[in-house]
Amino acid sequence: MNREDDRKYMAEVPILEVKNLSKQYKGFLLDNVSFVLPKGYIMGYVGPNGAGKSTTLGLITQTRRADEGVALLDGKRYEEDPILYKEKIGYVSSVSYFSPTTTVKDAALLLGQFYPTFSKEKFYHYVKVWDLPEKKKFSAFSTGMMVKLMFAAVLSRQTRLLILDEATNGLDILFREEILKLLQRYIEDGEHSVLFATHILDDLEQIADYIVMVEDGRVLLQDTKEALTENYILVKGDESLLAGEGVKYLLGAKRSAYGFSALIKADNAALLPAGTVMEKPNVSQIMSYLMKGHEKLEIN
Amino acid sequence: MKIILSNQSEKPIYLQIKEQLEEQILSGEVREDTVLPSIRKMAADLKVSVITTTRAYKELETDGFITTVPGKGCIVLAPDNQILREQYLRRMEDGFMQAKTAAKKLQMPLAEAQEIFETIWKI
Repeated sequence: MNREDDRKYMAEVPILEVKNLSKQYKGFLLDNVSFVLPKGYIMGYVGPNGAGKSTTLGLITQTRRADEGVALLDGKRYEEDPILYKEKIGYVSSVSYFSPTTTVKDAALLLGQFYPTFSKEKFYHYVKVWDLPEKKKFSAFSTGMMVKLMFAAVLSRQTRLLILDEATNGLDILFREEILKLLQRYIEDGEHSVLFATHILDDLEQIADYIVMVEDGRVLLQDTKEALTENYILVKGDESLLAGEGVKYLLGAKRSAYGFSALIKADNAALLPAGTVMEKPNVSQIMSYLMKGHEKLEIN
Repeated sequence: MKIILSNQSEKPIYLQIKEQLEEQILSGEVREDTVLPSIRKMAADLKVSVITTTRAYKELETDGFITTVPGKGCIVLAPDNQILREQYLRRMEDGFMQAKTAAKKLQMPLAEAQEIFETIWKI
């Protein structure tokens, strides 16, 4: 709220600091990825399929080893205290890490063995609230049930950072809304943070504080969501849009049978001809115009 | 206190929050000394990002509508008459700006526009 808070914020150790992470696979390179997630905020890590999102998350959660670079959790490397590092992270993906032949009871036992701060009471609280069948084997669980189970597993531990890998894909709207609420409650005390990776932001956009866009293993753009959506303007118009000074500044122009649409930096929007339709883009739109994926129109 | 946000609006979300709170403080609906919900609570309630509500509160503080009291939170200040005056001046300017745009489209001279205003004034 005031300058003192700003200074405190600057001096504070971020919950997650990713420094120059690189990882080479056959035919894929995660190249020098860096970003900072402060305490108490939600970050969206977005990009198309194959951009390197899951690789990055794997390097942070230490299921993969980086060729170069480091991830610091609360200022500390994994090697300094591996157990504490893993304890602080709650990871949820769309793929279950529980054996399909086990049940809720087995999961509770397993989690208790692995994680010192696991609370059986909290776990069963979520199991009841979300109506998860306690007797059924996980092989009989629906996708939605499985995701709920994994959320129950991480929320019943004392984590500091939730990492979600496409976790809400394919969930119904009611549960998605519930997840949004959960995430906001999770960060409300200013000490917890959320990093979610997704190729489709959807309703998650409204609660994201920071956005990191990745494409082909590289960070394309990173900023607060506020700044990002204010710095760009979505413009639409007919052929006349391509006449005049402004055309040089159009980004990722797309042609349709009836006209053009493109992105432009807000500072340059005044150079466009009068009558150009201008809209505030959302993050997904910015992504779709700035990334190589779509067929670009050759201008000039 | 009520805040209704629209995603369709061209106005950024932080501005919608700021203007609605401002309006309610000026009208007296939200009274002096009211403790506003914390920035994080309001973000969760409105389902918007923390940075968005932080910005709304910061601007309300800069404009003198609220103040931060350590340990207590954000408190509503008594609306300042000077601010009130500026608020209404701004609204007048907005209105005149619209009138000007319309007049230019009609290629209407200033004198004629003034006449219209005089007629409206007397209603």
